[in-house]
Amino acid sequence: MAGQTLYDKLFDAHLVRTNEDGSSLIYIDRQVLHEVTSPQAFEGLRIAGRQPWRIDANIATPDHNVPTTERSGGVDLIVDPVSKIQVKTLDENCDEFGILEFKMNDQRQGIVHVMAPEQGAILPGVTAVCGDSHTATLGALGALAHGVGTSEVEHVLATQCLITKKMKNMLVRVDGELGLGVTPKDVVLHVIGVIGTAGGTGYAIEFGGDVFRNMSMEGRMTVCNMAIEAGARVGLVAVDQITVDYVEGRSFAPKGEQWDQAVEAWKDLVSDADAEFDETVVINGADIDPQVTWGTSPEMVVSVNDQVPNPANETDQVKIDGINRALEYMGLNADQKITDIKLDRVFIGSCTNSRIEDLRDAAKVVEGRKVADNIIQALVVPGSGLVKEQAEQEGLDKIFVEAGLEWREPGCSMCLAMNPDKLGNGEHCASTSNRNFEGRQGFGGRTHLVSPAMAAAAAVSGSFVDVRELIK
Amino acid sequence: MNKFTLHTGVAAPMDRANIDTDMIIPKQFLKSIKRSGFGKNLFDELRYLDEGQPDQECTGRPLNKDFVLNQSRYQGTSVLLARENFGCGSSREHAPWALEDFGIRSVIAPSFAEIFYNNCFKNGLLPIVLSEEQVDKLFTEVQANEGYELTVNLEEQIVVTPSGEKIAFEIDDFRKHCLLNGLDDIGLTLQHADDIRAYEAKRQAEAPWLFGAIK
Repeated sequence: MAGQTLYDKLFDAHLVRTNEDGSSLIYIDRQVLHEVTSPQAFEGLRIAGRQPWRIDANIATPDHNVPTTERSGGVDLIVDPVSKIQVKTLDENCDEFGILEFKMNDQRQGIVHVMAPEQGAILPGVTAVCGDSHTATLGALGALAHGVGTSEVEHVLATQCLITKKMKNMLVRVDGELGLGVTPKDVVLHVIGVIGTAGGTGYAIEFGGDVFRNMSMEGRMTVCNMAIEAGARVGLVAVDQITVDYVEGRSFAPKGEQWDQAVEAWKDLVSDADAEFDETVVINGADIDPQVTWGTSPEMVVSVNDQVPNPANETDQVKIDGINRALEYMGLNADQKITDIKLDRVFIGSCTNSRIEDLRDAAKVVEGRKVADNIIQALVVPGSGLVKEQAEQEGLDKIFVEAGLEWREPGCSMCLAMNPDKLGNGEHCASTSNRNFEGRQGFGGRTHLVSPAMAAAAAVSGSFVDVRELIK
Repeated sequence: MNKFTLHTGVAAPMDRANIDTDMIIPKQFLKSIKRSGFGKNLFDELRYLDEGQPDQECTGRPLNKDFVLNQSRYQGTSVLLARENFGCGSSREHAPWALEDFGIRSVIAPSFAEIFYNNCFKNGLLPIVLSEEQVDKLFTEVQANEGYELTVNLEEQIVVTPSGEKIAFEIDDFRKHCLLNGLDDIGLTLQHADDIRAYEAKRQAEAPWLFGAIK
């Protein structure tokens, strides 16, 4: 019998029962809650007279709606009344049910997918859900993490289980080494370009190969985060010493004897050498250049030195229509050079790229330079209060401010514009976030997804530039 | 949850691949703490010419006359025809809530994004996967015939066209059963509470560090 993949092992270890029709009930070790997708779930519990199954499996923080400007006045001073109600509702629900929440001005508050691993709330080998598709991020720790809808948030609160079907296994192997200036974000954008925005639908994607083995946990989180942009609900990286070193000493990580016991158990969290994957994609790391998305789907991505595609080179009508529509929305011409796209704003942040390494990468590029005159605004939004604190200890905030970027309070910010940070109609933004969908960053806004280093390079150049030219 | 058994209604063609949930219901409307009232903002940025605000009255807003659901022949649409990867992106269940609130009972497409597909079943909305050729043919027929209606029969797992053609579709037995009977997943899962407790005891013995740590 062939060996098991990491996904198979995680799935089997959490199987409570298999239903007659082949669907499975799996046990969920951890649920992370935020203010947007949880109010209706708590309301559902109340209406049905149900209590959460296990309080200590949950952790919460507000992130989508919180303002990122000065906010020491607390929730009551959130200007947008609807946002205020949503953040308050999370506070009230967590207080009522006794769930641990890092409230808006707690230093441990942050974007759910930054906060949860940072606290050790997510550990190798756990199953985790959150009402947010970027929960895939947490797979970087060798955890089986699903994004779910609000009904499933309620289901997990009430039963500690999720009804699911076993996924297929895909291995994305990136061999060799990355070139200078090529980051985890470029790797994952390139992967999405290769397999397409729906290429991973129905699969759990494991990222393997030397490039991921040598990647930091922050980088692995960036990669797993965007598995969903390739259609896969789950992204995974096998556990190794880098994982164990990352987890050690975090608030909710095991200590003492339990730590040793846990580390021993985690050694098995790798795919067996003879495991069979339903699909394998192999990419050479050295072939990856810094990436820029030109269109309105993350798969619409090219190298910074390439051109915007020409629909005349395509044969499939649905694809031609898609390119034409994207060109129109983005205000771009076929065959236009990526480096000729004029930018209006820059956003460095989001659950994809707001961790300390991301900020270091960006700071390195802007240090001693100034934001270009045509850039209306360049935001740097750390992923959590603790990331912010560390960056400030390293003096990164000063480098950003000196260069003319704004240094903000932690939250989702301009990634989805549910807070005051948004693009104006028609504005182009170099963004380190994860989705370039129409209107995502603001009505009529035009998003180009890039790495933190590329966003920083764009900020000081005013248009896209190959970051390798600035860091030679 | 609403039952879904048999439904006949006007079909409308959304001729575009990769319709994401940001498009189905833009982010500014996710601030509601309720499950209802999202229908007036379904496809807000495609449907209206101005930028929609939460809690805004929508009756006087300028309509995009080219948008399919604004055309008079598609008024009262309850069956949506779509292209591949419908519902991709954000996990927001507000997307099926908005479709359902607008009056859509079924979406037919060659493929769906998984989280969206799952979310539909929790809300009495039936997503149907047909082959690209079958979907193509339905697009052609609906565009050629004003007042074109489709019947969706979940019990028999068929879509019936006005000419009487029957197109079979696949669906999981469990999901079908829940939808036909309007069953609540949580109630069903709690019937297995003993299994969950037994698993939990085993888990706690094997990984004690996962219990009592977060407080």
